[in-house]
Amino acid sequence: MKILTCPVNGPRPVSEFAYGGEVRPMPDGATCTDREWADYVFNRSGVPGIKIEWWYHIASGTWFYAERDTVADRVIRTWLPA
Amino acid sequence: MSSRLPTVTGEWIDRSRSVDFTFDGNAYRGFAGDTPTSALWAAGVHVLGRSFKYHRPRGVLSLANHDVNTMMQAGARLNLRADVESLEQGMALTSVNTAGGASGDRLRILNALGGILPVGFYYKAFHRPKALFPFWERVFRRITGLGTLDFGAPHIRTPKRYDFCDVLVVGAGPAGLHAALAAGRAGAKVVLVDENARIGGSLGYQRGGSIEGVEMLRDLERDLADLPNISVRPGTLAAGYYADHWIPLVDAKRMTKLRARAVIVAGGAFEQPAVFRNNDAPGVMLASAAQRLLYRYAVKPMDKTLVLTANADGYRAALDLMAHGVAIAAVADLRADGEPSALSMRVKQVGIPVLKGHCVLEAEAVGDRLVAATVCPMGADGKPDTASPQKFACDGLVMSVGWAPAAALLYQSGTRMRYDTTTHQFVPDHLPEGMFACGRVNGVYALDSRCEDGERAGTEAARHLGFDTPARNFSIAPERSSPSHPWPIVEHPAGKNFVDFDEDLHLRDFHNAAQEGFDNIELMKRYTTVGMGPSQGKHSNMNAIRVLARIRGVSPAEVGTTTARPFFHPVPMSHLAGRGFNVHRETPLHSRHDGLGAVWMQAGIWLRPEYYALPGKRKSDIVRDEARAVRSSVGIIDVGTLGKMELYGPDAGAFLERVYTAKFAGMKPGTTRYAVMLDESGVVIDDGVVARLSEQHFYFTTTTTGSTTVYRELQRWNSQWNLEVGIVNATGAFAAMNLAGPKARAVLRKLTSVDLSNEAFPYLALREAEVAGVPARLMRVGFVGELGYEIHVPADRAAHVWDALMEAGQGDGIRPFGVEAQRLLRLEKGHIIIGQDTDGLTQPDEAGLEWAVKVDKPFFVGKRSVQIVRKNGPRQQLVGFELDAIGASTTPRECHLVVRNGAIAGRVTSIAWSDTLGKHVGLAFVAPDMTELNSPFFIRADGGTMVQARVVPTPFYDAEGLRQKVMD
Repeated sequence: MKILTCPVNGPRPVSEFAYGGEVRPMPDGATCTDREWADYVFNRSGVPGIKIEWWYHIASGTWFYAERDTVADRVIRTWLPA
Repeated sequence: MSSRLPTVTGEWIDRSRSVDFTFDGNAYRGFAGDTPTSALWAAGVHVLGRSFKYHRPRGVLSLANHDVNTMMQAGARLNLRADVESLEQGMALTSVNTAGGASGDRLRILNALGGILPVGFYYKAFHRPKALFPFWERVFRRITGLGTLDFGAPHIRTPKRYDFCDVLVVGAGPAGLHAALAAGRAGAKVVLVDENARIGGSLGYQRGGSIEGVEMLRDLERDLADLPNISVRPGTLAAGYYADHWIPLVDAKRMTKLRARAVIVAGGAFEQPAVFRNNDAPGVMLASAAQRLLYRYAVKPMDKTLVLTANADGYRAALDLMAHGVAIAAVADLRADGEPSALSMRVKQVGIPVLKGHCVLEAEAVGDRLVAATVCPMGADGKPDTASPQKFACDGLVMSVGWAPAAALLYQSGTRMRYDTTTHQFVPDHLPEGMFACGRVNGVYALDSRCEDGERAGTEAARHLGFDTPARNFSIAPERSSPSHPWPIVEHPAGKNFVDFDEDLHLRDFHNAAQEGFDNIELMKRYTTVGMGPSQGKHSNMNAIRVLARIRGVSPAEVGTTTARPFFHPVPMSHLAGRGFNVHRETPLHSRHDGLGAVWMQAGIWLRPEYYALPGKRKSDIVRDEARAVRSSVGIIDVGTLGKMELYGPDAGAFLERVYTAKFAGMKPGTTRYAVMLDESGVVIDDGVVARLSEQHFYFTTTTTGSTTVYRELQRWNSQWNLEVGIVNATGAFAAMNLAGPKARAVLRKLTSVDLSNEAFPYLALREAEVAGVPARLMRVGFVGELGYEIHVPADRAAHVWDALMEAGQGDGIRPFGVEAQRLLRLEKGHIIIGQDTDGLTQPDEAGLEWAVKVDKPFFVGKRSVQIVRKNGPRQQLVGFELDAIGASTTPRECHLVVRNGAIAGRVTSIAWSDTLGKHVGLAFVAPDMTELNSPFFIRADGGTMVQARVVPTPFYDAEGLRQKVMD
């Protein structure tokens, strides 16, 4: 079982965490086109590589960012949203 | 006649304790420390099992659980590996897959039919006609298969253990022992496991006629004992590798899940059989198996043997056998130049003839017993030269022609392997972080080199973990000669030259498979089933790769290996079985409901009363009566399963405006408001009631099933928006009950001093007051369409308040009602249930919630999507309907389709018989052009019956909502 490091609680087994998808900036709904908005809402990039993802430590209710190499399934670093 | 030798130095058996057991009904006696195989072989029993397909007699091959020639059953214990299982007093062993025992198996006739049973035979012969397949399946299940399942076997559940260490060393042979000591001396907490009953690996049995290895083992054991930070665990199997060095360790009793910081794989290598005709005859065995018989169990494996070899290990085995009275007919060496080391001289000195460049063409068995072997020269092309064969009489034939690395854990950890042409084996090329390999699995064979390599791996692992131990230069000398022969395989026109002993695959099967087009290793594996038997290719995969490489004219490197998956050896199901953890939640009023006869139902993770059973009454009548009590007098329901959230801070109102569709910033303290939540695509995901307690303090509810995910998402938004607000999930901290009905106010008045009059506590208001002496939050909501109060109290006081309400309502006939009555009552009011009357695509407008969506707010989650969807108009619309025919024989149910002109035009989301209204009412999605009031539509009910329904306005009951605003 993988170990993931929660920025608050330290290294914990991955079964204590929930994945929250890739971190993606939300376009400004007031100015973006319908197409840009639909792309944000519905499309996800499956391209392997280094991604910044949302992870949630369930037991403590902590959301944080994880930079992860999805090819090697290696977590490079984790940190709390500013 | 017993083949037990006088005491052998280092033997594993305890001659002071004899063990009686039976095999196929015959009684035998062995010693404590024996395995069934060693005890039977000592007793002169050489047919220990029958092969899977041809029912050929089988004896010892590896004596190491790398083949399943000796799979047995002991009562309820299935698939016992007799080579490695410890012998127990009174064991009643039976062979598997035989008719009448291993020695006289009546199914041995199948061996004679082998010629018409080629690989793929089953696929081709029995799939047509289809109707006959079940017949053939029964036949094959009887004549193949492994053991008889005992359905009366006890259910055994084994708790798992958890453990941690710095360095896990897998394999306690010379390399693993040195690795463990090096890491241990550097200060690491080390766990050393070995699947064998004792540590030492080949030091104990690959002796070459010398006791040097045994002495080295004794010294190493002493060194281990001096280091308390090394935990030595024999009889323990590292069964697989999972991410971040998470290893299941399996012993006879249980599984221990071990988290290591580094792993050293020193699992050694599996000795590989040579492939020649009748290489499976009892008496033909791997050299290491013969040495194990000698040194672990003091059993003389045979009287006279031929040694077939292609490496130094075969010469050592010849010396070991000779030292214990086995006559050596000859050593046949596949290599044209023979053995380069001094071993060849030693063998010659003791008078053993050596035939260089020779192979075994075939073995000959009479009456299930090896009697002779025919040897002939092997050409440079790997083909036997059959011009002048030599025949040797022998009752044994030991093979030492090559090794395959026990690299399963390395593969599973993501190690990249390469085929090394100096050792003719796959070796680690690139190891993942924290993984180390040493010894034979690393392509290192000479004993000194293995020790050195182990020392290196242990030092590197310790340094990797930051232990302060000096870096050293290790120089591991390259092997003088390859321990493995690239082509230990001899063709024979009559076949029965086995590559896979588990699955009865001989050389020709591979040629046939390739001819059929299955010439990729993964395809070949699946077509021939090579490596798919119980020993998972340990003795067969390497030869299969060599065969396929030759067929295709490429190198083994190009053929590659199949995927190595956990578990490494089979693990008993009882080791894996644990307790079931189907968790559910109970509200603080659970015992009260039980006392009232609640019939429980699952609502998300919660248990809720569906209704309260009454003796002699049917469910439908009870539900009707519960609903009637609410409409006519007063009822009470536990709604404590709703999600309950506290929100506090100067930005609390602003936060709610962003996550819900309605406006909250202007709400006055002491009021409540219905709230709808969307996801970013504008789909309705939750609803609830928001109450404002004070300027900065809100309290709101979510659906029962949505509370966890809603709370989670709200936390996520809160982590991004930098608003000054905090959220607490108070779902478990509060109990909640809904008191509803025309008499609700009268009942509640008895328990609280707060002014409940319509003016002082109007509809949709919130008050904080004591109820039955308990501080409560009271919300006047229209939950079921009657005058009603939702009462939230601290969970630990819930039972007291419930009891007080039940008592206060006694004179008015208060009745608890369950989820079933609640749904009916809410449906009568046209209230939708998120998740029942909406689905994963429902936009708020489609569910009639547009009134609650305020797009004039600057932002809320899903707003932009709602705006886009509104441009196109709804795809469907939720409408209320009633059935035209009262008492129709077929009533539609939830999810029945609305059909128009033969096409789907929608579906029923809710439907119920309303006693109050005297008809069936329901909600359904229909096409946007079907929403006109009173227009008829058809629902396709069970059996295809078309039932006519009519669009009607909602609420079905008390459309003006007068009842929930009732005065005194």
